[in-house]
Amino acid sequence: MAKKLQLTLKVWRQPSGKAEGRIETYDAKDIPVTASFLEMLDIVNEGIIADGGEPIAFDHDCREGICGMCSLTINGCPHGPGKGVTTCQVHMRSFQDGDTIWIEPFRADAFPVLKDLMVDRTAFDHIIQAGGFISARTGSAVDANATPIPKPVADAAFDAAACIGCGACVAACKNASAMLFVAAKVEHLGMLPQGKAEKDRRVLSMVRAMDDHGFGNCTNQYECEAVCPKEISATYITKMNRDFAAASVKEAVVTEF
Amino acid sequence: MVSDISKDMPDSKIPSGPIAEKWTKHKMDSRLINPNNKRKYTVLVVGSGLAGASAAATLSELGYKVKCFCYQDSPRRAHSIAAQGGINAAKNYQNDGDSVYRLFYDTVKGGDFRSREANVHRLAECSTEIIDQCVAQGVPFAREYGGLLANRSFGGAQVSRTFYARGQTGQQLLIGAYSALSKQIAAGGVEMYPRTEMLDLVLVDGHAKGIVVRDMVTGRVHSFAGDTVLLATGGYGNVFYLSTNAMGCNVTAAYRAHKRGAYFANPCYTQIHPTCIPVSGAYQSKLTLMSESLRNDGRVWVPKKAGETRRPRDIPEDERDYYLERKYPSFGNLAPRDISSRGAKEVCDEGRGVGDTGLGVYLDFAAAIDRDGEDAIRERYGNLFQMYEQITGENAYQTPMRIFPAVHYTMGGLWVDYNLMSNIPGLHVLGEANFSDHGANRLGASALMQGLADGYFVIPCTIANYLAGETPGTVTTEHEAFKKVEEEVSQRIHQFLNINGNRSVDSFHRELGLMVWDKCGMARDREGLTEALKKIPELREEFWKNVRVPGDNNNVNQELEKAGRVADFLEFAELLCYDARAREESCGGHFRTEYQTEEGEAMRDDENYAYVSAWEHEGVGKEPTLHKENLEFENVKLAVRSYK
Ligand SMILES: Cc1cc2nc3c(=O)[nH]c(=O)nc-3n(C[C@H](O)[C@H](O)[C@H](O)COP(=O)(O)OP(=O)(O)OC[C@H]3O[C@@H](n4cnc5c(N)ncnc54)[C@H](O)[C@@H]3O)c2cc1C
Ligand code: FES
Repeated sequence: MAKKLQLTLKVWRQPSGKAEGRIETYDAKDIPVTASFLEMLDIVNEGIIADGGEPIAFDHDCREGICGMCSLTINGCPHGPGKGVTTCQVHMRSFQDGDTIWIEPFRADAFPVLKDLMVDRTAFDHIIQAGGFISARTGSAVDANATPIPKPVADAAFDAAACIGCGACVAACKNASAMLFVAAKVEHLGMLPQGKAEKDRRVLSMVRAMDDHGFGNCTNQYECEAVCPKEISATYITKMNRDFAAASVKEAVVTEF
Repeated sequence: MVSDISKDMPDSKIPSGPIAEKWTKHKMDSRLINPNNKRKYTVLVVGSGLAGASAAATLSELGYKVKCFCYQDSPRRAHSIAAQGGINAAKNYQNDGDSVYRLFYDTVKGGDFRSREANVHRLAECSTEIIDQCVAQGVPFAREYGGLLANRSFGGAQVSRTFYARGQTGQQLLIGAYSALSKQIAAGGVEMYPRTEMLDLVLVDGHAKGIVVRDMVTGRVHSFAGDTVLLATGGYGNVFYLSTNAMGCNVTAAYRAHKRGAYFANPCYTQIHPTCIPVSGAYQSKLTLMSESLRNDGRVWVPKKAGETRRPRDIPEDERDYYLERKYPSFGNLAPRDISSRGAKEVCDEGRGVGDTGLGVYLDFAAAIDRDGEDAIRERYGNLFQMYEQITGENAYQTPMRIFPAVHYTMGGLWVDYNLMSNIPGLHVLGEANFSDHGANRLGASALMQGLADGYFVIPCTIANYLAGETPGTVTTEHEAFKKVEEEVSQRIHQFLNINGNRSVDSFHRELGLMVWDKCGMARDREGLTEALKKIPELREEFWKNVRVPGDNNNVNQELEKAGRVADFLEFAELLCYDARAREESCGGHFRTEYQTEEGEAMRDDENYAYVSAWEHEGVGKEPTLHKENLEFENVKLAVRSYK
């Protein structure tokens, strides 16, 4: 039989985006250490429903660390304990019997709370719409092997492409900067030969979209890198800054590119 | 009630001519809409997975006005993102004898001769363009040192035709489609509605002309009208409660369409994936797949002796049973999914299963690590080993993984013709939500291929065959049909909120799932199915009397969302069991214990069952009507599927 934990939860409850929120306390009883963190919340919610209350709302879907939907700040840390994991990958064996666990949403001005622990991250979609793509109309592609891409380049692009768009980087940053998210996309596409044609335009418009949506500036604290469930390196930010500078210079001298 | 073959079955519109020319010919024969007119047509695309996103982006590029819907907070999170292993394509970059014909052949055979030849051939033809398209979008497929694309063999294929992106192929493909979609959203060609759940289909004069949705943030029930509706809403694996699908995957969109008249084809063809992490307790909310690419290097075994208690490493070689290698020497650990899953069930039924529950088998990498070194294995599967460790707390470099089969994919889905249109004019169905290409069993790495083929290449051509006959924009949401359906949807929501019973939605879903898994899972028989058909309506009745859905409809209400989905599963489960009972043969993922050979292999009955079962809804709790589409095999000879 798996070991069981008795825990106290301090949970952010907020009935809707407009309403005031506050911390509520719940007992989480007999939680098996083999359960996932979200399964622990399921168990607590079952209890709340049985007692006639409204269960705690939180975003989740795949529950295997890839969709980027889950988004809890656990004991002050986006995605909680452990390196390179999403909230749904945290398991209760990371906690001790008797622990008090603080659970809050991913906080940032650009991510308004919708209810309890759910936030609105559509700002990320808008940033991608601003330029996070390679224009390749369906049907227009050349043979996939026509352009060999050296493995190191492909691998580096991949490391950046691993971003799941969860927003932990923003939630961890004291300035609520989205630089890691933006840099990961800019560099994923910019490093590949297919993405070069739009490279300058991409970095300029994505960074500007980021600013327009109220994300803060990067002051090189690298909290983002520390919480990123896909362990995306902050060196992409440095690279993007260089790309942005270069593109700005070109923009100043060339009107159309 | 069973109807006569073909008499009242809609035309499947399979083009005439030799198999290799059908699609080319069909493209030539398909209608065209002139570029200026395309923008007058509105296409509603429900779903933003590989099928939906690729369709929405491409249709918008062509000039159609597109509205796209998904229930997640962003189209990028559709469940396609979870696909790990890879995507097939007949590129033959490895020069190992692959071809469009071979991919076609393998898929028909893999599907246990229960799919349409013409569709499968088209799929194989489109496969190569998909890879070109994805690479052009920046999908970072694995590459060799020389810079060319790498391939691996996957899921029962004897050639290396699978393209992959570490263990995140679905994610990278979806991000590719999502970026194309995002570009079109920015250009104003697509209006995107995330956190919006389709709750019903609206027919006007028998044609699909709109949908009723619930805004999942405000609770508002409202409608959208269009000239055609595309459902790309994924599979129904969550009818089993536990599956490898995401928590929100559901049958609602497809089932609501079914209740409005769309035929549901082959619902009993469900795929049980052999390599998932075993269940650990009653609180379990989902099962995690370990990509079957692991079977390229992992060896599957159980102890020879029942009731073994030694640690795996302490069990000597000669006391282990590598049962897949033993039974299927030429395919070994790469035997197809249905066969591998049943193999695991058999050894566990014999008491030789491993782990606390006895419902598990070992997947052992020791030999591969000895051969290639730990680093090579880490390079290939690092993230999967890491995922395994997060969930189980065990290090699979040192001790074998424990795996067990779990529900993974559903081959069945809404019936569609060659144009991907259902029997309801104007209702098109794409991706996992349709039944079209995988027969009774899907080969690994073929779902991503199908979703993208449907969305990037098939529907953009075939949609005009319907739209060209329609005057654009004739229907608006002012039409009384919309008001009526909206009213019904609101009424149902009101009902859920006012039952105020004693049981949570999840408790019903769990109970239903267990029942369906037990009676209609890896092995089925007439008696068990008949019992399930008695118990499902009882559970449904209790649900409608005793479910508790807290909160209201003016806000986010996740219990309400789940209630709607579970209510539909409670009806759909019956259809699943009817289909499984009516098909008195074993084929692919459908294993009827009454129909097996002496060695326990599936026994097909081609004489009596070489057809697609297309079910027509007759009312809740009433036996549906079966229509049959005969399957003709002109190119692939019907043969016993042997992987020995
Ligand atoms: C864990 C896992 C691993 C897999 N690995 C592979 C693999 O390696 N290779 C392979 O080929 N296949 C694999 N598959 C199968 C493959 O991923 C799926 O079959 C395929 O991605 C389905 O794509 P889709 O576009 O049809 O549906 P999905 O990606 O499921 O998308 C469904 C969309 O519909 C929306 N939706 C659903 N219902 C509603 C509603 N009522 N209202 C509004 N929107 C709705 C959702 O929001 C979503 O956007 C895997 C599947 C799983 C579960
Ligand atoms: S729920 Fe998908 S990443 Fe956590």
